[in-house]
Amino acid sequence: MKKALSLMLALVMVLALAACGGSSTDAGSSTPAETTTPAATESSTPAPAGAQVFKLGGTGPLTGGAAIYGQACANAAQIAVEEINAAGGNIQFELNYQDDAHDAEKAVNAYNTLKDWGMQISLGSVTSTPCVATSAETFSDRIFALTPSASSVAVIDGKDNQFQMCFTDPNQGSASAQYIADKGLATKVAVIWKNDDVYSKGIYDTFMAAAPGLGLEVVSDTTFQDGNDTNFSVQIADAQSKGAELVFLPMYYTPASLIFAQAKAAGYAPIWFGVDGMDGILTLEGFDTSLAEGVMLLTPFNADSDDQRTQNFVAKYQEKFGDIPNQFAADAYDCVYAYAQALEAANATADMSAEQLCDLMIGQFTSMNFDGLTGDGMSWDASGAVTKSPKGMVIQNGAYVGLD
Amino acid sequence: MKKLTKTSRNNFLTYGFVILSYVVLQAITAGGHMSSMLKGQLVPICAYVVMAISLNLTVGILGELSLGHAGFMSVGAFMGTTTAIALKNVIASPTLRLVCALIVGAIFAGIIGFLVGIPVLRLNGDYLAIVTLAFGEIIKSIFNNLYLGLDEHGFHLSLLDNKLHMEPEGKLIIGGPMGIGGIQKISTFTVGFALIMVCLIVIFNLVNSRAGRAIMAIRDNRIAAESVGIPVTTYKMMAFVTSAAMAGAAGALFAMNFSTFVANKFDFNTSILVLVFVVLGGLGNMFGSIIAAAALTILPEALRQFASYRMLVYAIVLILVMLIRNNPTIRSFFERFRLSKKGGAEE
Repeated sequence: MKKALSLMLALVMVLALAACGGSSTDAGSSTPAETTTPAATESSTPAPAGAQVFKLGGTGPLTGGAAIYGQACANAAQIAVEEINAAGGNIQFELNYQDDAHDAEKAVNAYNTLKDWGMQISLGSVTSTPCVATSAETFSDRIFALTPSASSVAVIDGKDNQFQMCFTDPNQGSASAQYIADKGLATKVAVIWKNDDVYSKGIYDTFMAAAPGLGLEVVSDTTFQDGNDTNFSVQIADAQSKGAELVFLPMYYTPASLIFAQAKAAGYAPIWFGVDGMDGILTLEGFDTSLAEGVMLLTPFNADSDDQRTQNFVAKYQEKFGDIPNQFAADAYDCVYAYAQALEAANATADMSAEQLCDLMIGQFTSMNFDGLTGDGMSWDASGAVTKSPKGMVIQNGAYVGLD
Repeated sequence: MKKLTKTSRNNFLTYGFVILSYVVLQAITAGGHMSSMLKGQLVPICAYVVMAISLNLTVGILGELSLGHAGFMSVGAFMGTTTAIALKNVIASPTLRLVCALIVGAIFAGIIGFLVGIPVLRLNGDYLAIVTLAFGEIIKSIFNNLYLGLDEHGFHLSLLDNKLHMEPEGKLIIGGPMGIGGIQKISTFTVGFALIMVCLIVIFNLVNSRAGRAIMAIRDNRIAAESVGIPVTTYKMMAFVTSAAMAGAAGALFAMNFSTFVANKFDFNTSILVLVFVVLGGLGNMFGSIIAAAALTILPEALRQFASYRMLVYAIVLILVMLIRNNPTIRSFFERFRLSKKGGAEE
């Protein structure tokens, strides 16, 4: 009994904390411009009178192993929101990014927190697995979602109000194979992939399906798993002994950085080819960027582009957050601008419910063309997948340089 | 009136608390005062509560440390969800389908618990902890490489590669690292509450039975228990399999609250999380486990206002709660409080 009582005390303490959280959230939702609303990143720009302020929410891994992606998206979305609000147009945003730690359960919790906050339109989730879970929620709650970077097909599959700003995983796999074949980079290819990861698996499947038809011979096909991703000597030796000229790495950049280091130690120097998860490797702390020299990757965004808007964005991002934005950041930036364009065109007003906005947005996104940092003339089909062209990039002197 | 023993009084207090919580929460929901955040957590809380009380059976009552409890949860989640998907056109009522899924999840987890138990329960103490830890990893690996599809010819199974040779209209259920997707969300708070009640009834009756006394005798002194003729392995197995089956049901309940889940969700961290619930609630104290599981599930979400510092605050709160729980002054304060109240009631 004494244990029970002391636990009751603990519970009271916890509930008191919960109550604090709850009440301040309520305060935030009743006065949208209030800056004390609990949020990871929240725009504090006051809205001009008469403008339509839309509540834009998103979840992403702001902590944990995939934090670099979540933070890139949250930061970039914040820049876009500040720009749009500062320009003082009719469409204004209030942004709220919540942490989901790259976990489906926490993402749903984060999403529910956003719903309590009064979210009208959603940026979905940053990474695939959480986004599959939150997209089911946004679908049943009729809240429109445009995810910057959750590339799994399951995110949009069978859901009419889920849209993507990035390529789907299968597109990346077949586009990579096509690119390698078209440019004649290699004929003997090795693949190292992570067989317990949705993202890696999705790209691997389509790459393997496309490769034979394009004259690519996959000589080495090796895998690794979560928790078994620090020593790649076996995989590298296999690719090396079978004479692979190019190694395809459909994975995020953390294991890739180890592969580069270990391959160098083994004296193996093939062409390395990555996908958009490789983006961000240059900003990895403690990573010797000379190891990534010559690595190719397929990504729709090039931070070194001559494009005026890209340069502005990169400069702002660098000034505010200290590093060069990656493709995830650019996608999130584009998402906010695409929303602004669509809301403007649809004459949406902030007193509309999430459901009304959802119908308007579906109509707009399936019919409009959008020019953003990650491509010109982007369009969406009814399934929610985006059409834009990928760019080949290569890392030279510690920076991404466009191949074409 | 026959005086209730202290144990049964405590047990009825626990039942009463669970029922009361259910009624209060349902009333709040019906009144529309429940926030989406809390509403979304009701089913996960039920699942974690069941996990906590089932692990408490192994750790607190049987006295063996299991570090792979999430493995059983995983088995239940995958098998239960597969059942629910397969029965979609057979049983129309979602609740009935959910109950079937929970039962199947529990049975499979129980069978796996039995198989693991055969070699494992002959070991003692720390060895069991390490073997269960390894078992949890094995389960995770298996489900990460398992492909299961369903078409008109029945189930198709393949390991490592997606080579199921299904008919074109066949449906892939378990997709290796992609886990199970497109799940119909049929878990409800009411079923979760019922599951907690069933598990509590099973555990309390087991503990107060002849078998339960034998199990606790083994915990307290294995050699003494053996010397009076108690078959140690049999009783250990009984507790372990019961615990595993409950974890399986909890896994199925948990899985069908989300539209997707992956095998990596049920990793070592989840096992430890459940162990934290048990330790915080008190070994052998089911009521404590329930409170601890509910509180520690809500806590990280309630701390969202601290933004980036929330996991730090969570850890600090955890340390504080552990300290408070073990502080003799605070304990004796409550002890005095309880005694004086009891004394007053008797007068």
